[in-house]
Amino acid sequence: MSNDGGVDTSRRRFLTVATAAVGGVGAVFGAYPFLAAMQPSARAEAAGAPVEVDISKLEPGARLTVEWRGKPVWVVRRTPEMLSKLTGLGSELRDPNSDQDQQPSYAKNAHRSIKPEFLVLVGICTHLGCSPTYRPEPGASDLGSNWPGGFFCPCHGSRFDMAGRVFAGVPAPLNMAVPPYRFVGDTRVVIGDDKGAA
Amino acid sequence: MRSVMSNARELMLWGLDWVDSRFPLTKMWKEQASEYYAPKNFNFWYFFGSLALVVLVNQLLTGIWLTMNYKPSAQDAFASVEYIMRDVDWGWLIRYMHSTGASMFFVVVYLHMFRGLLYGSYRKPRELVWIFGVLIFLVLMGEAFMGYLLPWGQMSYWGAQVIISLFGAVPVVGEALSQLIRGDFVVSDATLNRFFALHVIAMPLVLLGLVMAHLMALHEVGSNNPDGIEIHDNEDENGIPLDGIAMHPYYTIKDIFGVVIFLAVAAVIIFFAPEFGGYFLEHANFQPADSLQTPVHIAPVWYFTPFYAILRAIPDKLGGVIGMGGAVMILALLPWLDRSNVRSIRYKGPVYKIALTLFVISFLGLGYLGMNPPSPTYTLIARVLSVIYFLFFLAMPIYSRLDSTKPVPDRLT
Repeated sequence: MSNDGGVDTSRRRFLTVATAAVGGVGAVFGAYPFLAAMQPSARAEAAGAPVEVDISKLEPGARLTVEWRGKPVWVVRRTPEMLSKLTGLGSELRDPNSDQDQQPSYAKNAHRSIKPEFLVLVGICTHLGCSPTYRPEPGASDLGSNWPGGFFCPCHGSRFDMAGRVFAGVPAPLNMAVPPYRFVGDTRVVIGDDKGAA
Repeated sequence: MRSVMSNARELMLWGLDWVDSRFPLTKMWKEQASEYYAPKNFNFWYFFGSLALVVLVNQLLTGIWLTMNYKPSAQDAFASVEYIMRDVDWGWLIRYMHSTGASMFFVVVYLHMFRGLLYGSYRKPRELVWIFGVLIFLVLMGEAFMGYLLPWGQMSYWGAQVIISLFGAVPVVGEALSQLIRGDFVVSDATLNRFFALHVIAMPLVLLGLVMAHLMALHEVGSNNPDGIEIHDNEDENGIPLDGIAMHPYYTIKDIFGVVIFLAVAAVIIFFAPEFGGYFLEHANFQPADSLQTPVHIAPVWYFTPFYAILRAIPDKLGGVIGMGGAVMILALLPWLDRSNVRSIRYKGPVYKIALTLFVISFLGLGYLGMNPPSPTYTLIARVLSVIYFLFFLAMPIYSRLDSTKPVPDRLT
């Protein structure tokens, strides 16, 4: 230290910067618990056990809704006419071959399901999370004469075909998600668990 | 008797003196009210600032009383609101004052902002007054959105689902961000509980701070006026503007008149049409939240619909979110977009008048479209109106410079 009473400004600046830096690191560590406390809690993480559904009473063309992890999951029993409409939509769809990772590998096929007849979908629009309506009737008056039947989101007008594939030119960016699932016998489906088949 | 009166008066003066030597009470009163000079030509459009304060106080007061009976859990929330409506003495009134107050807040704030557009109140040196105002608007939107989740009705639930999903459109961190907001993988009890905390504590605190900053910045630079000229350019020998009048008593009296009319209108709504035909409280919200079924037609409350229509008009998830956010944030740039050499519309030329008219039409039109289900025709109109909305701002540096202007007077007219 100089003895002439002068101020060593460079030392003072160093101490100021060093103190601010250490304090800044402390502030970051201090902020972490507050941010982490906003994450889903351990209880929320633990919820979401698989759901088993009986599909033996599902009529052809009908849809069943069950809750899995707080979300609606649909099981639709598609008729042969519905399945026939799935081909030939190619150019109208954003992702006709399901290239985006929105389904387990066993559902990456033309009908996006294990068995062609049964479609299992998370009933949430990939745009902003509304649950689309089930509109299986082709050419419905409010959806246009070329409507092949599928799902229509009332919130922002996104359209999906009978395999949950998104049409081009609507707000939703992705096909609707297929959850992991597996069949137990012919009449029961377990949603949320596929025994690692994917 | 006389001596009692004069003794009481003396005691009060002594008390005031005692305070003044410890806290600048009289000084503050003079600076902010009795010797704060505002332009003498404030008109109808200048009611809405003080009205916004009145509504803020209403929301704080009724809000505190609502929390006395409301239960912020997914299990109990819906029923506790019904309990307030049916079983709590006068609970219906307090709840309707709060829900009507929310809509009235936006009525008042939109008119207050429109006043700024009319008279160029955002122009130098009032940029920060305006920016604090835009931030208040932003926080108010957050506050209203979170408050709307609390009754836990169908519209509460799906509205929150949609708006939180907006954050999911942010590249890379989007999903994590919306999870952080929800505190769960879907909108749930955790979401409701934290929205309650933010709605009743965090946001009101921020709002009060911003209102203080808005008023401090305003009283620092002084109020603009319908002529858009500075009253401090013409002062008497004591430095008092010749065209200024003291805020108190002149404008306090004027504002109280406005408050009385406003409260009469608000009372009619609260007593006779608190749901306002589904615009203030949407019909679907009288059903408890159901996470498995979206209402057939979902729309936000009326004050969000212009921005919602912009979101819907853009056929791309991220693009829609940017458009919606940009529509609000672009307001903050207004002080630098307006290159006209006059502030007020009174001295601006036909181009600005046409531009502002088109802007108002686009805002109201988008508001209407946002309330209605999407259809191909509506979507097309919404796209045209969205373009007009943004052009009002983005083309302003060009048309505000080209526009002819009238000469500005020296003194208020």
